[in-house]
Amino acid sequence: MSAPTLVLIVLAAGTFGLKAAGPLALGNRELPVRMQRVVDVLPAALLAALALVSTLGDGRALTVDARLVGLVAAGLALWRRAPFVVAILVAAAATAAARAVG
Amino acid sequence: MPDAANPRDVAVRRAIHRQAASIVAAVAPFGIVFGASAADSGLSVLQAIGFSTLVFGGSSQFAAVEILGDGGSVASAAIAGLLLNVRSLAFGVVLAPALTGAIWQRAAMSQLMIDESTAVATAQDELRWRRYGYLVAGMGVFVVWNATTVGGHLLFSGAGDLITDLGLDAAGPAAFLALLWPRLRDHRQLRTAVVGGIVAVLLVPLTPPGVPILAAMIGVLAGRPGVPADRGDAS
Repeated sequence: MSAPTLVLIVLAAGTFGLKAAGPLALGNRELPVRMQRVVDVLPAALLAALALVSTLGDGRALTVDARLVGLVAAGLALWRRAPFVVAILVAAAATAAARAVG
Repeated sequence: MPDAANPRDVAVRRAIHRQAASIVAAVAPFGIVFGASAADSGLSVLQAIGFSTLVFGGSSQFAAVEILGDGGSVASAAIAGLLLNVRSLAFGVVLAPALTGAIWQRAAMSQLMIDESTAVATAQDELRWRRYGYLVAGMGVFVVWNATTVGGHLLFSGAGDLITDLGLDAAGPAAFLALLWPRLRDHRQLRTAVVGGIVAVLLVPLTPPGVPILAAMIGVLAGRPGVPADRGDAS
């Protein structure tokens, strides 16, 4: 069996377990109130981390590049109550412009 | 199911479709790049599709294939890929209340668990809309991700420069920010987001990829889950 196929099998099986663990283990039960409060705010932590790490992260290094210009532009657009799609397009345009200039 | 005649339901469903559509569009260029880099790393088109259907997690696929292409071991490629998917554990905890059903349904639905579907789901207030947003975004991304993987493999390469020229690599981060935005009006959510974001960024140079996102869960403590509060302004 080739190396890519082996990696594929191991990674697919492991990923299945990681993805299914929450829904399968918790089942159809309600979460306790305290746990519910954690779950209420948990997405905020994950979304903030995803936004920042995908903007500043470059492998295991932190870099400031045109992506940050895009994120700030998206933030400004959202602050001015721009719709979701507009914020994304503004981010792409600002990043492209920053690259063209820089 | 949502009531087709209820105006609020129609509005919410439209909003979800808009969110899902822009997220799906943002994924397309990366699918092409993944297909290209898979081809570049010597994977057959079947192996590339295998990754996109069975693993279905962009960053982990990229990591595994890149390591393989660089001549890394099977173990290092698999472990790097798995580390990037460990955050699915946290996503699963968040999503479990919305992904109810028979055991096979829960197992099947959980396979659509990626950043994008989780983000669209958690942006909704009600459980039924979380489920709907999760499924719409998850299935949309699944179809486009696999189609563009094939396309990218056939085109082989050259898409990388175009993606950065058009600034499309900023679309993902912007989408995450846009989904986070409505939460930031609530102080508890804001504190959680700030601490989680800072922790994740600080850990990027110190930990393997994927770990910073998981460690951001610490931000929950800043949201003071032990202290009851009125939830009236949470949305």
